[in-house]
Amino acid sequence: MKFNLISLFLLVSSARSFSMTAPSKNYLAEIPMGAPDAILGIAENFKKCTDPHKVNVCVGAYRDENGKPWILPSVREAEKMLMDDPSENKEYASISGDAVFVEQAIKFAYGQQVDLDKIAAVQTLSGTGACRIGGEFLGKFYPVKKIYIPDPTWGNHISIFENCGLEVVRYRYYSRATNGLDLKGMVEDIKAAPDGSIVLLHACAHNPTGCDPSHEQWKVISDLIKEKNLQVFFDSAYQGFASGDAEADGFALRYFVSEGHNVMLAQSFAKNFGLYGERCGTLSFVTQSADEKERVLSQVKRIIRPMYSSPPVHGSSIVRKVLTNDKLTKQYYEECAFMANRIASMRNLLVEELKKAGSTHDWSHITSQIGMFAYTGMNSDMCDKLTLEYSIFLTRDGRISLAGLNEKNVAYVAKAIHSVTDGKSITTTE
Amino acid sequence: MILGHLCRRSVASAHCKKSSILNSVKSFSHWSQYEMGPPDPIVGLNEAFAADDSPLKVNVGVGAYRSDDGLPSVLPCVRQAEKLIMGQNLNHEYLGIVGDTQFVDLALKFAYGKDSRIFADNRVAGVQTLSGTGGLRVFGELLASKGGHKHIYVPNPTWGNHIPIFKNAGLEVRKYRYYDSARSDLEFENTIKDMEDMPEGSVVLLHACAHNPTGMDPSPEQWAQISKVMKEKKLLPFFDCAYQGFASGNAPQDAHAIRMFVEDGHLLATVQSFSKNFGLYGQRVGALSVVAANEAEAKKVLSQMKMTIRPMYSNPPKYGAQIVKTILSDERLTNDFIDQCKDMADRINAMRFSLRSALEEGQQDRSWEHVTKQIGMFAYSGLTKEEVTLLREKHHIYCTLDGRISMAGVTSGNVDYMANSIKDVIS
Repeated sequence: MKFNLISLFLLVSSARSFSMTAPSKNYLAEIPMGAPDAILGIAENFKKCTDPHKVNVCVGAYRDENGKPWILPSVREAEKMLMDDPSENKEYASISGDAVFVEQAIKFAYGQQVDLDKIAAVQTLSGTGACRIGGEFLGKFYPVKKIYIPDPTWGNHISIFENCGLEVVRYRYYSRATNGLDLKGMVEDIKAAPDGSIVLLHACAHNPTGCDPSHEQWKVISDLIKEKNLQVFFDSAYQGFASGDAEADGFALRYFVSEGHNVMLAQSFAKNFGLYGERCGTLSFVTQSADEKERVLSQVKRIIRPMYSSPPVHGSSIVRKVLTNDKLTKQYYEECAFMANRIASMRNLLVEELKKAGSTHDWSHITSQIGMFAYTGMNSDMCDKLTLEYSIFLTRDGRISLAGLNEKNVAYVAKAIHSVTDGKSITTTE
Repeated sequence: MILGHLCRRSVASAHCKKSSILNSVKSFSHWSQYEMGPPDPIVGLNEAFAADDSPLKVNVGVGAYRSDDGLPSVLPCVRQAEKLIMGQNLNHEYLGIVGDTQFVDLALKFAYGKDSRIFADNRVAGVQTLSGTGGLRVFGELLASKGGHKHIYVPNPTWGNHIPIFKNAGLEVRKYRYYDSARSDLEFENTIKDMEDMPEGSVVLLHACAHNPTGMDPSPEQWAQISKVMKEKKLLPFFDCAYQGFASGNAPQDAHAIRMFVEDGHLLATVQSFSKNFGLYGQRVGALSVVAANEAEAKKVLSQMKMTIRPMYSNPPKYGAQIVKTILSDERLTNDFIDQCKDMADRINAMRFSLRSALEEGQQDRSWEHVTKQIGMFAYSGLTKEEVTLLREKHHIYCTLDGRISMAGVTSGNVDYMANSIKDVIS
């Protein structure tokens, strides 16, 4: 009797709360927990970690010699100028963004003499946004819905292009047996692609491997792509950051354009201008004529408008300010070289410290790789150990962001890497 | 040879010759057969306006506030916040996928009220978005790809961009009756009828206040009826809130429909834009929130929002959210904002009265009552396409083809010109 009363009471009260909170067809109840993002999830774990020795070599964001984010002085200067300029307001940009910024960005990528009349370009939400808009355009208009991307590549590429309705296929790129470029495998896989497929190329400082083709190798790749009539889509996230010289870093893109490829380019100012969170980038198409340029632009705008209407202007205003001011531009190039040089010195220091720690592995790939990352060759078990035992946070593919290293922590990191790799292989045999 | 002299680089001439041949072969382009896409009806108007060199031209197209001198204005509280931000020497590091969590918390409290039970219950999933458009797109994609939804209902008429947003998100867009242009008023009984006929579980877009383009909102009693029928038919309310604070000049008041629905127990979703009320248009500041049944559910929804955002733009832009956060976390700045937002709303209201009286001057046959009855940024004038086109071509006044006039673009300097021009095209 008591039991029945209690259960009746529970039934009644739960029925009341049920009617107050949820109609019976609750769509939310069916939604599963989404998988956490690999890279950003690790960054969150780093934040939560309380070990005083913790090192973040996970996210690709530049850090100074004290492990702190660095605001480029030219960027700060530009921001002050924007604040003091009464003609700057908060109005909507057009769908295609800040036209002056876009023009400067395109010149920065393609070279000052570029024929702007034939380049259809829009401002985008950094590199991700450019890949997404470009991918949506291809998914909508391009006849071959297959995009070939390097193995490995930035993890988010796959998700982006799949969301655009493209089939993502990998081409061999990096050999873990040699810790170097697998040109033979790359050529084979590209040859096997259907003619007219889309091919994604990292313009410089390949993410995650830091391994770029040489100029001669780029020429081989270009000729093959021409033979196959592939649509080239460059992803350029590290121009200026790779070698320290923005002009030199533009080689591959500019070579392909001079060879007649009608390339697409996703350009990011996140790293080279340190504008990460302001989401500043461009997407461009090299077209055949001014008329084709207008038609492509009109269609790209139809993809942007129902996604976010128009891009955020703060980051692009900063880049515009810098690149339209001779003094600031000169200063910027120096600061960019400064960042690249610090990273390059960390490469050398890490390898020195590894030797000092007693490691007998061949770590030369760390110094020959370019850009923000070193693809160490460590496997996922070693990476997990590094994180669990030494509070060193990296991605499980063995990629470390050298920007997270400095003179204070490099010895610690080297010793840790030595201890997890000692007596084990850092290359795989095919 | 002809090909030889084209080669200007110091590369082996054989290679150069080969690439020149390939150049001429590859004169075909992958994009050559694509048609020109139509210009956006609203934004395309801006471009046409910019190209017009008439000194009389008036832009009453895009919903962007203008002060009485016809110039864009940045709110003083925004300028103040920017100075504070500059002084803090903050960096430009990436935000998380969900954005600035402090901003999100303040934004949600701005809409739902800081004392709303949903906060105590920890059952709201919120993310920073690319203003209103970005929030609508993310939620639309979530509904289609994870929520199993095939369609969404939007009011007729609605903001033009709603339709391509939801279509591109993967939803079929259906309309429910809302506004009767013949009577320049709501056709409320038909709204209720249409809702009663909707399939159970359908998602229904509602404009929280200052309906765009009509400016006609349901009364509190009508909102209560909508809430009731949506409960009965188990419909999912999805609020688009782009004018909070701007509609009546009173922010909590403008959110009353949202708050009523939360109290009534709906598991609703809200998209907020800070473009108009904070004047932050180009900074793209917004938030998307979903009220769930419980904390666990909210966490799952949040994780799915992140999965939608990451392959779209990774994480949202920092600066604009910082401005809103700086203002809403400071009592004095918040009060300044409330006053300044009210000033904007009051100026627009004053222009409504001026325009109406100028239109009614010297004539009795056409009523312009709706100009002052409507709320928010727009006056849904009732002008036909032909009249709008004539207004543009003859008088250089730019408004959208549906006759929607952005009152924010009307000033004491141009209101008489506008009224005379309108009277001219309808005669």
